[in-house]
Amino acid sequence: MLGAFVAVSVEKVLTIGNKVRDESVTFFEAYKEVPYLEIWFGDTGAAIIDWSVPLSILVAIPFMLAVGIAMERGLIKHFYKREHADQILVTFGLAIVIGEIIKANFGANAIPQGAPDIVAGSANVGSLIGLDGIVYPWWRMIYLAFSLTIIGGVFAFLHMTTFGMVVRAGMHDREMVGLLGINIEKRFTIVFGLAAVVAGIAGVMYTPILPPDYNMGMEFLVLSFVVVVVGGMGSLGGAVAAGFLLGILQSFASLTAIKALLPGIDQVILYLVAVAILLFRPRGLLGKD
Amino acid sequence: MKTIELSTPKRDLIILVVFSIIVLIAPLWGSLIGAGYPDLLQRFAIFGLFAVGYNILFGLTGYLSFGHAAFLGVGSYVTVWSFKLLTMNALPAIAFSVVFSGLFALVIGFICLRRTGIYFSILTLAFAQMSYNLAYSVLTPITQGETGLFVLNDDPRVIDGALGIVSAENPLASLFGITLDGYEGFYFCAVILILGFWLSLKIFRSPFGMKLVAIKTNQTRMEYTGFNHRPYLLAAFVISGMYAGLAGGLLAVVDPIAGAERMQWTASGEVVLMTILGGLGTMFGPIIGAVTIKYMENIFSGINDTLLASWFEFLPESITNLIVTIVSPFVGSGWHLTLGLMFMMIMIFLPGGMLEGAQKINAKIFNKNKPEQLEKDGVA
Repeated sequence: MLGAFVAVSVEKVLTIGNKVRDESVTFFEAYKEVPYLEIWFGDTGAAIIDWSVPLSILVAIPFMLAVGIAMERGLIKHFYKREHADQILVTFGLAIVIGEIIKANFGANAIPQGAPDIVAGSANVGSLIGLDGIVYPWWRMIYLAFSLTIIGGVFAFLHMTTFGMVVRAGMHDREMVGLLGINIEKRFTIVFGLAAVVAGIAGVMYTPILPPDYNMGMEFLVLSFVVVVVGGMGSLGGAVAAGFLLGILQSFASLTAIKALLPGIDQVILYLVAVAILLFRPRGLLGKD
Repeated sequence: MKTIELSTPKRDLIILVVFSIIVLIAPLWGSLIGAGYPDLLQRFAIFGLFAVGYNILFGLTGYLSFGHAAFLGVGSYVTVWSFKLLTMNALPAIAFSVVFSGLFALVIGFICLRRTGIYFSILTLAFAQMSYNLAYSVLTPITQGETGLFVLNDDPRVIDGALGIVSAENPLASLFGITLDGYEGFYFCAVILILGFWLSLKIFRSPFGMKLVAIKTNQTRMEYTGFNHRPYLLAAFVISGMYAGLAGGLLAVVDPIAGAERMQWTASGEVVLMTILGGLGTMFGPIIGAVTIKYMENIFSGINDTLLASWFEFLPESITNLIVTIVSPFVGSGWHLTLGLMFMMIMIFLPGGMLEGAQKINAKIFNKNKPEQLEKDGVA
């Protein structure tokens, strides 16, 4: 129950994240085509265009909340009691539908989107610690800080508030919590909406790194599946740890020296890790089951 | 779901004969729905076979594999290699494809079946993605990576050489001298589909099939009755992997080329869609699903606004335009949208697929006074 809930929401939400990202990006793209904004508001207008990515987060939050809640109420709710396989399958169908809707609205091509000018370049990180020549793009650092903040926020929400406690209890034993007189359904809906918001803003922030296209959700769907399972379903810390672990392993395996030693390792490392974890520690890195 | 039912050999024979007739006259009914050309009919037969095999695993045991396309790909590669090295004759080629994909399925199944439910799905997915990525990159000497593996004029073809058969300019697969393209290719696939269907019918009716259903229904109870479920599961996995390999082999027979994209997870997803769309765990469902999806992919996707407008010409122009505006996102290049919506509708309202829908309608019309009949058939 707990696992399915988290897995389903995470992957679903990543798909929509893609959607909103497109949505908001195109929303601001429209301003670009109309230079009036710049004429009317002068510098402010230009700044709005320049800062379109951070600003689209503001659009993304209410939009994603609405999408997430609508989805939970309309569809996912009916699948809590069905088998895991059914849950995966309906998600898969939904991913196809959303992908196609995006394609119909925004076309099949990726829409590139730049970071604000100030942070578009790279930072000479090395000079801070006395080593020159280590440069890293500003935007990626911002992204890292941003995602750490969000993770912290979600963690605090789930573990330090009464609301979060009730939700965790509900994942454990929904019926029992219901018997205590708590409307657990409503809380699950809210959590689902929040999860959608988190994924949506993650998506918006990601646009300067990778131009979004309609198929992106599908790629993320597989990866997020792997990450969630490796981390342990229902464990936030596990998902974060698995995300970092797999990301680092992937980069490490892509080094030329490693590839020379084990050809093709960069292509399969993620799945190898997933297989090993599933076979030897099926509950995942930090899973509790 | 109508997985277990009382049946007599005579009734099965009738099912088989009716099925064979439907398949063999496919060019006739195909032309009625605009699909009467061999290329598409071959695809109907091949993917029907793929789905029938997949159904043996997912339909009977309930184990959702997201990696069956890997076996399809292995079958294709093996077939093309057999064409390259041995002979252009299709029979040894597909025999090899079945054997190799079976071995491959044995290895993967042995590992994946240690886990159940969602974990099993992820494991199969991981293996299929690994195979795909490897076929795309490191295994290029065997798979020709991005370009795809195809048959060349100057390939050795040892057996053909020994028999003195000189291959033509662009060699095509043959069956003892009959070139397997066009309708010959379709009938070759059709015969194999009928054989595959017959075998699956036998499996459904056998004690082995019953045990597979028992695994789906209640694995623990099955163990208490003294059966070890693992050998049965593995056998089902290997059999359905062999079906997939056979389908992959046939794909390479009718068009001697094999590419890595056949192994991608979206291809695995397609067979899942087919099976569920048609009717999970039923005899005909997977084939109906495969035909539906391939039909949509090839015919539905060709419908454009002009064609739509010409269909509704008899209506006043404003209404025609309205209909075209409403319908056009769902056809043409947007056919995936229709597919996805259809799939979700079926997942939500008809977990037994289109066949269940048909049975429900049937029951409504003919068994109006016997609602318990539905329960008895296990439809609800």
